[in-house]
Amino acid sequence: MKNSGQVLAGADIFFECLRQEKVEYIFGYPGGAVLKIYEHLYDVDFLKHILVRHEQGAVHAAEGYAKASGKVGVVLVTSGPGATNTVTGIADAYMDSVPIVVFTGQVSSHLIGNDAFQEADIVGITRPVTKHNFLVRDVKELASTIKKAFFIAASGRPGPVVVDLPKDVIAAKCQFSYPEEVDLRGYKPTYKGHTNQIKKAAEVIAKAKRPLLYVGGGVIMSGSSEELKIFARENKLPVTMTLQGLGAYPGTDELSLGMLGMHGTYWANRAVDSCDVLVSLGARFDDRVTGKVDTFCTKAYKIHVDIDPTAIDKNVVVDLPIVGDVKHVLAELAAEMTNKPDTSAWLAQINEWREECPLSYEDKDGKLRTEYVIDRICEKTNGDAVIVTDVGQHQMWTAQHYKYNSPRSNLTSGGLGTMGFSLPASIGAAFAVPDRTVISISGDGGFQMNIQELTTAAANKLPIKIFIINNSFLGMVRQWQELFHQEKFSFTDLGASNPDFVKVGEAFGIESYATSDPKEVDGLLDKALAVKDRPVLIEFKVVKADMVFPMIPSGASISDMMVKRLNPKRMT
Amino acid sequence: MKHTISVLVENHFGAFDRVATMFSGKGFNIRSISIGETEIEEISRMTIVTEGDDQIIDQVVKQLNRLIDTIKVVDLSFAPRVERELALIKVAVPKGAMEEIKNICDIFRGNIVDITNKSITIEVTGPPDKIDAAINLMSAFGIKEIARSGIVALKRGEQVRILKEKNITT
Repeated sequence: MKNSGQVLAGADIFFECLRQEKVEYIFGYPGGAVLKIYEHLYDVDFLKHILVRHEQGAVHAAEGYAKASGKVGVVLVTSGPGATNTVTGIADAYMDSVPIVVFTGQVSSHLIGNDAFQEADIVGITRPVTKHNFLVRDVKELASTIKKAFFIAASGRPGPVVVDLPKDVIAAKCQFSYPEEVDLRGYKPTYKGHTNQIKKAAEVIAKAKRPLLYVGGGVIMSGSSEELKIFARENKLPVTMTLQGLGAYPGTDELSLGMLGMHGTYWANRAVDSCDVLVSLGARFDDRVTGKVDTFCTKAYKIHVDIDPTAIDKNVVVDLPIVGDVKHVLAELAAEMTNKPDTSAWLAQINEWREECPLSYEDKDGKLRTEYVIDRICEKTNGDAVIVTDVGQHQMWTAQHYKYNSPRSNLTSGGLGTMGFSLPASIGAAFAVPDRTVISISGDGGFQMNIQELTTAAANKLPIKIFIINNSFLGMVRQWQELFHQEKFSFTDLGASNPDFVKVGEAFGIESYATSDPKEVDGLLDKALAVKDRPVLIEFKVVKADMVFPMIPSGASISDMMVKRLNPKRMT
Repeated sequence: MKHTISVLVENHFGAFDRVATMFSGKGFNIRSISIGETEIEEISRMTIVTEGDDQIIDQVVKQLNRLIDTIKVVDLSFAPRVERELALIKVAVPKGAMEEIKNICDIFRGNIVDITNKSITIEVTGPPDKIDAAINLMSAFGIKEIARSGIVALKRGEQVRILKEKNITT
């Protein structure tokens, strides 16, 4: 350990700062501008550097690490293309509020702006997709900048922070001291909610006849699942969750309505439409949740708890805003609830809806379907695995069918909808929670978008279950083409050009299997789940043209919900 | 409705860019924007004139506040305030029109800051509608070029106590 006050090179200061931040893993890729850092990394023993095979993979891995652990994920890449390759991952982290710090190399200060080799203005490029970013212009600012970066990434509404490190700054020396505290006069997140607003909320909820909790990722990030459980159960309040909120409340609990929104359950959406008090906790009224804003939840008094004031009244104007950390607010709200609402009739009504239109799929024809695979995974893992999904149909089916027991179990790209997220994110999760089962689920399209990370998984002998749901199509796009684009299946049929995924897996040294038979699913899952010291890949060859239902078309209302296929003859 | 928003930002590299990027990224409208130093060395003041309904202006203010480099954001639109803009107006001088141009300039308490045989440049300062009126009258002679500074504004009376409200230590 280097002492405060010692004169150190920038690269040494960099690692001392990471030590102070208790960083365990860096996901990175070396290159010219960060050679000095990698030179010093060679002798660092207090953290592990994980070599990815593409910089986008590094960012998703850091996201997976952050989402699974609740700690800040760290990325280190070189300048120019190394930096620009991180942009999709950074945008993804921004949309889903994932705390990560991305260190990018930069050409030497005197070359900045000269179109130097491997130069890119990454601070300019990432400005709209970061919570904040820094260009370190002097080695004397390095330690305090890193301190600020970690503080900003993890506090308030979390998000990605980029720190750009010119080559000469890393090489320069100065006296090292790590600040104990950060004081940013322009950044003071509000954690404690307004007491009178909370009192008012408690009164409104107590008088409600049809209250509903609408729970987002904020509940998971703030670690308030326990508070939520107590609050919902004591007051008999039904809970619906956003895609990012899944896991915040146990999916098997009778008060859980599952996911709401575009592919949400029929009963959750009916409940949203009919409730008289909607309590939004750490959610942001995203368009995939609301559909047409004018017809969204029109009968309810809306209470919105969020740590980010910009989330309030952005998409939907609410009646009672409470700016604060959900954890603080929920605890206070629970204490204020002197009277409890009588929700028995309301819960009975919701159960009627539940029976009216359950989640169902064809399971008698002997063909393999995604929903069946997910149901089996859920059963085999008791809803306790870390499920890392990609983007598309398999993602929605997983959201509908996997009953998450606990928070930090559902890792998925929600806001940005980044195909290629799952495999690298599962790598980060496997490092974050080595004692948990980590399952990566991708479609055949998304899997190929970061397929190179199979090397990272294999090289590190990570016991990830790599499941590919292969329907030979970009299934969700295909679904929209069938429903809204005159069945012009333009460039979504991947079938003929898809590689042999088993051979791909084997080429990377990964034990790989494939099946199209529902009867083989349990056996293969058992085999994969028993492996604890290396990745296993299973390709599930499912029917080609299934569609995800229920579905509320984009920008439509709950009354437009489609619960079944309109044209059943297309079912294969 | 038009709103004048005063924003105190860290006098950092890139702070202006963050504000501009936020406006363009969120699709908010900027009618004018000006930036300059303040009484405190490391703080700059931006004065932004924007337009939108209540929900949009609410978002503009919140999004500005959300930026790490912004220290204080005040919508001055409903406060008693002083608003000033400076314009340089270069007009053609048709034969025999010099006197008339000078008269108009005097009425607006403008200054002649440059003069040639064929053109004259006038500096006018005032609230934006006064500038509009000056430009309107000058247009009869043929305007060659205009440069406007954008609005700067301050609340009237008591100082907005930034230092106390944000616990700023200088």
